[in-house]
Amino acid sequence: MSREKRDPLARRKERHVQPGARSRAMHAMAARAAMGRFVLQGCVDCGAVTYPPRDVCPRCWGELRWADHGRGARVLSVTTIRVSTDLYFRGQLPWRMGTVALDAGPVALAHLHAGLTAGDQAEMRLMLDRGGNAALFALPAGKEPDMSDRQWREFVVPVKDCTILVSDARGAIGRALVQALHAAGAGHIVAGLAPPARIADLSDSLLGMERVQPIPLDLTDPVMVAECISKIPGPLDIVINTARLVRGGGVSADGNLVEQRRMLDVAVLGLMRLVQASAPLLQGRPSAAFVDILSAQALAGDAAFAGYAAGEAARHALLQSFRHEMRATGVRVLSVFTGPSDDEDHQSVPPPKVAPARLAREIITALETGREVSCVGDVAVDAMDRWLADPALYIRERNL
Amino acid sequence: MTAMDPILAGLVAGIASQRLRAVDLTNTLSPDFPVIVLPSEFGQCEPFRMETVSRYDGNGPAWYWNNISMNEHTGTHFDAPAHWITGRDVPNGTVDEVRPEDFIHPAVVIDISREAAADEDFILTRAFLDDWEARNGPIPPRHWILLRSDWSKRVGTVSYLNLREDGAHSPGPDATAMRFLVHDRDCVGLGVETVGTDAGQAAHFDEPLPAHSILHGNGRFGLQCLTNLDQLPAFGALVMAMPLKIKGGSGSPLRVIALTV
Repeated sequence: MSREKRDPLARRKERHVQPGARSRAMHAMAARAAMGRFVLQGCVDCGAVTYPPRDVCPRCWGELRWADHGRGARVLSVTTIRVSTDLYFRGQLPWRMGTVALDAGPVALAHLHAGLTAGDQAEMRLMLDRGGNAALFALPAGKEPDMSDRQWREFVVPVKDCTILVSDARGAIGRALVQALHAAGAGHIVAGLAPPARIADLSDSLLGMERVQPIPLDLTDPVMVAECISKIPGPLDIVINTARLVRGGGVSADGNLVEQRRMLDVAVLGLMRLVQASAPLLQGRPSAAFVDILSAQALAGDAAFAGYAAGEAARHALLQSFRHEMRATGVRVLSVFTGPSDDEDHQSVPPPKVAPARLAREIITALETGREVSCVGDVAVDAMDRWLADPALYIRERNL
Repeated sequence: MTAMDPILAGLVAGIASQRLRAVDLTNTLSPDFPVIVLPSEFGQCEPFRMETVSRYDGNGPAWYWNNISMNEHTGTHFDAPAHWITGRDVPNGTVDEVRPEDFIHPAVVIDISREAAADEDFILTRAFLDDWEARNGPIPPRHWILLRSDWSKRVGTVSYLNLREDGAHSPGPDATAMRFLVHDRDCVGLGVETVGTDAGQAAHFDEPLPAHSILHGNGRFGLQCLTNLDQLPAFGALVMAMPLKIKGGSGSPLRVIALTV
């Protein structure tokens, strides 16, 4: 890969995002879109399915409820926008949109994948735009989206040819991720290695691969974080935070405070150090993302891993704030929830566990489908379902 | 009476005239300086950390200062007798209670750099010390024993801690050498360039960790992560090693200097 070169005298390109103001109903749609769902409102009284989101049924003024629907659609008409007063779209023109007849009923305005014309069958995706709002995108039915499609790329974070920092490439998850990103064509992978360095690091075949740059990185040390960032050649596109220290222990007993403190330092302040050092660089990029891996224990606490779960919950909260801060910049902040991973950190936990390679694959999928919140593995999927359905009950069930 | 005592005046004049050199035996305390690594079932040593409180900015427009944190045994550091279980009942065994006279002692420098270069697990034995004395003269009492291994030249590389899958590999003494130095030569303590006074593999010795065990059990001290020992003569250097006065502390990072002609 030849590194991206830029005219040093050119004025910095300002990045804009799609207009942000939306109704409360539209935010409800975006919250579901963030998890990769395709949802529409249906009327409880007359059964009509409606789009765009509304507060009451436009036909009978009945109550509307969100439900998942089939993604099928047919393109009715296509138009190309050549003039816009919106700062974001002015930078993207010309831009193709069309009306689509959703199999679920409504006719909607959608962004189009290249090549789609009137009469084509389409598969709909409910995406988040750069400003974090829900938007309908029509893909050719039965085909994988083309990652080089200019309009699609505005809604996803392509991995190919990007420069990616993996904050901890020593653990099983980080190693699997370096491998998967390399296979997916990442341009340059910066692999953080927490000290102490081992003699074996010098002959590690994974770290010795072309396009992989091992670098000392311990998120508890602000100096090391700054030095790591300073040694990345060229612009940084994606940061994936795999650093974690997993230790068991409760609150009133078995909690070794020295370990718990370090655990929280890695999980909570470590995230903030990594974010503060990398976010300014990500903001200048056309398609940037920060990915954090969260344990599903963040949702409800865990008596056997009390301090660890507290750190995960704190990170979950920090990511909400970070996401808010990044809305105006277009940098995507992705949360990937997982159950216990099948590694040395979770030897005491019975299966089902998530294979690190699977987690790595799902992180790349989350980036390349622009999914803000993902749940990987049965444990995390079940945790999220139960938490969304009844958080108070789920917290009791988890901590009986 | 305003004149300084002639003994002190001689020292001051010796430093001022540069007849006496002050050699800094201290490694720079930095976040990336390696700390000792114990097997994972044990608690671990925290490395040095520094976070800026202000640097002529909104948090302090005219001043610069940092919060720092570390283990008592991070960087160039002093081990007090209470560091080891054998020294738990030694009088004045914590770092705040060490007598100030003990901060200033002469030193004997024993060069094992050639042996350590040839064998990273080189063990200093009584036999080696006997031979050393035959060639250099007897080790006088109440001296620091400084082991020059040139290990400090590895700082900044992976071979300083030298961690392999079977643990760390670095030179150090065995129990015969330690008993000889403590009981027969009445040493003040042992100073080394490696991350611990004991060898990297010393946990596996028949008498495990003999330097820590024998030194501290007899009220002697340790100095670790020293540097510039290659600039000192075998006899005649004066070491000044003053740990922080930490209440009940087991050791302390410190600045160590040697005066020598």
